[in-house]
Amino acid sequence: MANIISDETIEYIGILAKLELSEEEKERAKKDMSEMLAYMDQLNELDTDGVEPMSHIFPVSNVFREDVVTNTDGSKDTLFNAPEKKDGGFLVPKTIGS
Amino acid sequence: MSKIYETVIGLEVHVELATKTKIFCSCSTAFGGAPNTHTCPVCTGMPGSLPVLNRQVVEYAMAVGIATNCKITRYCKFDRKNYFYPDNPQNYQISQLYLPICRDGGIEIETAAGKKTVGIHEIHMEEDAGKLVHDEWEDVSIVDYNRSGVPLIEIVSEPDMRSAEEVIAYLEKLRLIIQYLGASDCKLNEGSMRADVNLSVREAGAAYFGTRTEMKNLNSFKAIARAIEGERARQIELLEEGKQVIQETRRWDDNKETSHAMRSKEDAKDYRYFPEPDLVPVVISDEWIAQVRSRQPEMREEKMARYQTQYGLPAYDAGILTGDKTFADLFEAATEICGKPKKVSNWIMVETIRLLKENGMDPDQIQFSPENLAKIVRLADEGTVTNTVAKEVFELVFLKDIDPEAYIKEHGLSTVSDEGALRAAVEQVIRENPQSVEDYRNGKEKAIGFLVGQTMKAMKGKANPGMVNQLLRELL
Ligand SMILES: [Zn+2]
Repeated sequence: MANIISDETIEYIGILAKLELSEEEKERAKKDMSEMLAYMDQLNELDTDGVEPMSHIFPVSNVFREDVVTNTDGSKDTLFNAPEKKDGGFLVPKTIGS
Repeated sequence: MSKIYETVIGLEVHVELATKTKIFCSCSTAFGGAPNTHTCPVCTGMPGSLPVLNRQVVEYAMAVGIATNCKITRYCKFDRKNYFYPDNPQNYQISQLYLPICRDGGIEIETAAGKKTVGIHEIHMEEDAGKLVHDEWEDVSIVDYNRSGVPLIEIVSEPDMRSAEEVIAYLEKLRLIIQYLGASDCKLNEGSMRADVNLSVREAGAAYFGTRTEMKNLNSFKAIARAIEGERARQIELLEEGKQVIQETRRWDDNKETSHAMRSKEDAKDYRYFPEPDLVPVVISDEWIAQVRSRQPEMREEKMARYQTQYGLPAYDAGILTGDKTFADLFEAATEICGKPKKVSNWIMVETIRLLKENGMDPDQIQFSPENLAKIVRLADEGTVTNTVAKEVFELVFLKDIDPEAYIKEHGLSTVSDEGALRAAVEQVIRENPQSVEDYRNGKEKAIGFLVGQTMKAMKGKANPGMVNQLLRELL
C-alpha cells in the first residue's frame, strides 16, 4: 500500500469539504481513500507521454446561446425545496467573511 | 540610515459584463429584482441542469482583450474551481484556469512620473456568485441567487505598478476602455468593478520579490489608495522589526483605515481545479476576431482628436469631456440637439463638474437628460434668461431633471427687458446708493459695477444686464 493517507490529509480534506468527521469516520475515510488511490495507480501504469490531456470525448466546439432573456420569475421553483426561507431568500446559518 | 523600499503591486480586477442574460442560462442580469426571481435550475446548481455559454460574453471578453493589446486564445476552455460557501449553490465556480481567453497584453498609463506600460497577464471569463444578506439581530443570513451566474471577466495585471498613483491611473484607464466598449458600466461603489490588490515591498533596486499579500474589499479609488499606503507601511514596519510578511488575504476596513487577515480556514486556497465537463471548448477563428475588431467603437484618443477637428473644441475641453464616457455621451447628445458645442462643453466642464463635487457624486450618477441640458444652453445663449438665472435653474435640472423651459415660464424667470420696470429699479438703486453715485461721478468707473449688481439683486437676477448698464449711464 503505497498510498497511506495521513491524519493531516484527512483533517485538511475535512476542512475543504466543510465536514466534521468523528475518529471512526476518519479511519474509515482513510481506508477508502487509500483504496481509491490504489485504483488510480493502476491507471498510472499506462504510458501517457506525448498524449494531450482530454476533457471532452466529442469533437464539438462553440455551442452558444444568444443573449436573450427567455426565463421568467423562477423564485417559486428555486425555493420549493428550501428547508427554511425568509423574505424570498434561503435562510442559512449566519455566514460572515467573504 | 533606514533602507529605501519599493512597492510592487499587481491587480486582479473583476468586471461584471453588461449582457442582458447570465453567462450560462437565459435568466436576466437586471438589477433590483426581488430575491431569487432571476434564477433557474442552471444558476442555482440544480442536479441535471446544463450550462450553455452566452456568445455575447465571449465577444465582450474578446473586445476588452483586443482593446488592451492581448493575444486572443484560439482554443480556450472552462475549468471548475471548487469551494463551499452559501453564495455558491453549485459548490464550484465555472472559471478559466488553464486556457484563459486573453493573454499577454498591456496598457499605457501616464502619471506625474511619466508614461509606462502595465502588462496584462491574462483575462478570463467566469461567473459571479449569489448575495448573502446578514441579519442584524438573528444569527442567520438570507441568500439571494439573482447575481449567481452573472458574467464576469477577471483582468489580471503583471506586478508592474509601483505606487498608488500608478494603480489609480491603471484602473481609470481600464475603466474608461471598458466603458467605451460598452462591456460594463464599471461602478466600483456598486460592485460592477472590483479590484483586489496584490502588494509586496522590497529594497529599492532588488531583483527578488518580497512576500505579497492580497487586499480585498476595496470599493472606491480613495479606499484603494489608502489601502496601498496602509499595507506598504505595515509590511515595511514588519521588515524593519526583523519580522516576516505572511502570504495571506487581508480585508481592508476603510472606516478604520486598517486591514486584518481573513481566517486561513476560510481562505484555504485549494480549489482543486479541473476541466469543466459540461461545457465544450471555444474555438476562436481569425474571422471572428476580425469581426469583433471591426465593431470596436471610437476610443478615447480618437474621440479627443475628433472633438477638436469636428467641433473646434480646445484640447483641454476635449480631454476632460472624453475622460469620462458619461461626459462624452452627454456632450455629443446635447450638441446634436442645440448645435452649440463650446457652450455645451462649458456647461459640462464648469457647472456640471461643480455640482458633482458639491454633491459628492461621480459622473456616472448624472441623472439629467441631454435634452434638458441643450435647453439650458439655448435659453442662456438666446438671452431668454440671464446667466444667473440659468445657473440657478440648471441646479434643478441637475438635481431633478426638470424641464427648464417649462420651469422658467411657470416661475416667470425670463429676463426682464421691459424698460419701464428696469428704469424704476435703476432709479431706486441710484436713490439708495448716493455714495457710489458720487464715486462714479468723480471718475471711479468701478462704482458702476456695484450699481449694476444692486439692480440685478433688486430684480432677482432677471434684469437684462446690458439694458441695466445702459440705463445707469443714462441716468447718472
Ligand atoms: Zn438562471
